[in-house]
Amino acid sequence: MNQLNLDHATASAVFNKNEPRVDWHDETLWFVRAKRDRAAALIPEWEDLREAASQIKNHVLSNMHDLLVQFEENARKNGIHVHWAANADEHNDIVLGIIQKTGANRMVKSKSMLTEECHMNNFLTSHGIEVIDSDLGERIVQMRKEPPSHIVLPAIHLTRADVGETFHEHLGTEKGATDPQYLTEAARQHLRDTFLTRKVALTGVNFAIAETGGFVVCTNEGNADMGAHLADVHIAAMGFEKIIPRAEHLGVFLRLLARSATGQPITAFSSHFHKPRPGQEMHLIIVDNGRSRQLGRTEFRNSLKCIRCAACMNTCPVYRRSGGHSYHSAVAGPIGSILAPNLDMKLNADLPFASTLCGSCSNVCPVKIDIHDQLYKWRQVLMREGYGTTGKGAAMKAMATVLESPRLYRMAGKIGRGVLRFSPAVAENRFNPWFNQREMPAPPSESFRDWYVKNKKS
Amino acid sequence: MKVGLFIPCYIDQFYPHVAIATLKLLESVGCEVDYPLQQTCCGQPMANSGFENLAGGCNENFVRNFSGYDYIVSPSGSCTLHIKDHLHATNESEATTIRSRMYELTEFLTDVVNVSSLNATFPYRVGLHQSCHGQRGLGLAQMTERMLPPFSKPVQLLNLVDGLELVQLDRRDECCGFGGTFCVTEEAVSAKMGKDRVADHLRHGVNYITGVDVSCLMHMEGILKRSNSNVQIKHIAEILTATV
Amino acid sequence: MTSREQILANVKANQPALHPLPEQFRFTSVFPDIVQQFMDILAFVGGKAERVSDYEAIKKHIQEYYPGMTNVATTIPELASLADTTLAVTDPHDLASLNLAIIEGQLAVAENGAIWLDERQLPQRVTPMITQYLAIVIRESTLVPNMHDAYQRITVNTTGFGTFLSGPSKTADIEQSLVIGAHGARSLIVYMLP
Repeated sequence: MNQLNLDHATASAVFNKNEPRVDWHDETLWFVRAKRDRAAALIPEWEDLREAASQIKNHVLSNMHDLLVQFEENARKNGIHVHWAANADEHNDIVLGIIQKTGANRMVKSKSMLTEECHMNNFLTSHGIEVIDSDLGERIVQMRKEPPSHIVLPAIHLTRADVGETFHEHLGTEKGATDPQYLTEAARQHLRDTFLTRKVALTGVNFAIAETGGFVVCTNEGNADMGAHLADVHIAAMGFEKIIPRAEHLGVFLRLLARSATGQPITAFSSHFHKPRPGQEMHLIIVDNGRSRQLGRTEFRNSLKCIRCAACMNTCPVYRRSGGHSYHSAVAGPIGSILAPNLDMKLNADLPFASTLCGSCSNVCPVKIDIHDQLYKWRQVLMREGYGTTGKGAAMKAMATVLESPRLYRMAGKIGRGVLRFSPAVAENRFNPWFNQREMPAPPSESFRDWYVKNKKS
Repeated sequence: MKVGLFIPCYIDQFYPHVAIATLKLLESVGCEVDYPLQQTCCGQPMANSGFENLAGGCNENFVRNFSGYDYIVSPSGSCTLHIKDHLHATNESEATTIRSRMYELTEFLTDVVNVSSLNATFPYRVGLHQSCHGQRGLGLAQMTERMLPPFSKPVQLLNLVDGLELVQLDRRDECCGFGGTFCVTEEAVSAKMGKDRVADHLRHGVNYITGVDVSCLMHMEGILKRSNSNVQIKHIAEILTATV
Repeated sequence: MTSREQILANVKANQPALHPLPEQFRFTSVFPDIVQQFMDILAFVGGKAERVSDYEAIKKHIQEYYPGMTNVATTIPELASLADTTLAVTDPHDLASLNLAIIEGQLAVAENGAIWLDERQLPQRVTPMITQYLAIVIRESTLVPNMHDAYQRITVNTTGFGTFLSGPSKTADIEQSLVIGAHGARSLIVYMLP
């Protein structure tokens, strides 16, 4: 079952064939949303904090050029090698070049959604570089040759039994073992050996500080630190939107990030890197890959405010019931659905429609991105640019013709109700998606207007 | 005050009793209500499908029908929100006036009419479905996502009904999965969301599920009926006008 | 045109008009008892706090808590007698067999149990992650209510590396089931001196 080649609706239908599994997935993520609610409720100034974060990010978007230049200059002064990548290919080439220069043929990597976006692992593997993901969730999906299904909880689609099976196969744990403590210990031993033997480590970047030329990486496991502090070469990769003006702004973001993500007050490690340790080489890659284009889209630019907390995924009733893989994109869920069309409209034209526009996402978002409004706006753009099917366009045109004409509307209503009353089979069949799991509403003999004209208009 | 009653197309065609209850309710609180006869649809079905450009005819027709009223009231949070957010017309100043005078039924009753008592009795256990467009879009009630003081305009009104017992749901404001054309284009997820929402109400032993949006209720009704449940749906206007 | 120039040119062309930074972005947190708040939240994040009167009390507690523990190292002169190995290594890999590291914390945050450490406390950056067990000694007087206060007090780039550490290493990547001790320390005790 490879959901990645299917559109969202089809992949979701596959996902929903196993209803108990959907229930489990939904409950597991709802549990995370509930933890987020409890953590946020403990902060009396929560809504003001969101507003502050949103305003800081608005400033960042508007001052991006100068902040990037300032950051680069300060990072260089700190002894960090700064690279610029216009797109995914350039990013991957830069990483490969750095690794090859060290003579290494393997690397340990902590979580970086950017490298997922760039499909870096496959690229490096094809050039003979072994990459081991060190975040536990990422390691699990890597062993299973799957992409992460969630940006914070990469293996959230898997049960402990699934993980037990995977570890039995790859790490030699006991068959049938499913205790998370036992399984985590096995991964700890396996990855500890990896950390101790790799010369090159790659990490993502949560925040880059223009004022000081340093960057912050947040993890709970400590895997980014283990990799970076033991390696001779540390590569950090960031989308350019990760920039913030000053270190004191971290006070706002670090208060919001983990609470929004998992309901923790802060991640276990919030590590601030400014200089390589003596004898170490530190590289930082600043990646565009469509971001400057998105910055120019007035209606969609503020999607670049995202701090990748995934609160919008955990709260999304569609995500919880369709699974991350149904979004066939490195970043799934509501935020992914407004980012992905910028990367490829044709490939991702289905994603803005994978929503009921319920608006929960926009209201959990710690930086106040108007996600559901952008989903609506992407729909307009995608249809205008011709990424809808011709059938859909024709159906909509026909619908509009009826609905804009009082006479046609009344006629269609009358005929429709009549047909449903006397020949329900016209609608009650397997070709009607509504009828698949729902009964049709009972059609009345008269419309409200009929009643009104009869009873109210003299 | 002169109120123009906007009855969304699917209510007109499939749920006329909801429209009748709305009309009765508005008249019972002293409004002079007029139903413009040439009205059709707010245009949302096209717009939410990405064809806002095809909604122009509906917009023009809406403006023709609803110009000149002090208030325009509708028993639908979703259609009200659509008009408030997206109504534009050749006569843009008229469209702007209409947008500012557009109210969903319950907010009109609590905020404009300031209803403090109702002559209604409904001695049943009732679950309230907080429709998203009404709740998050129009701000009819505080949403669980925000860390702000709670309030609910629909609950405020339901509390005025004799005998009504409102249940507390496990997930107070999760979407039911209707979502306009989403209900057919994403049938699997839509139906699953609806089943889960209905199950929450059933777990709490409701006799009726109510709400401010017939579209959500229609979706949940379809699911209830498929499982041969005795639980029924009632639009809030029906409950607010119910007598024993 | 290099990629750098191209990216910066695109950014400049596409960024919106300057939006000012907000003036209000620091908030005050008030706790009835800041020490108790820190201790409670540390427990919540999987750590353990011990209020102690002096270094002797710390020694006694560690000897009871980790009886017979070997490969113990500390940067705190007053606790040197507990150590049988050193953190002052040039190659961080030499810390691989470290069982217990006892280090000082610079500042602690009551709202989230985080403790700021930089290279003045960490002769090797990897120390608090590579050690099997971790103990941090803080002064109660260094407690601040929240992260805004913390960033007012510290300078993030005084040294090349610093971290806010809150509780032991953990993961919930297997079915949201919390496991303490992912890759970093398996436990954290924070000793709080007056």
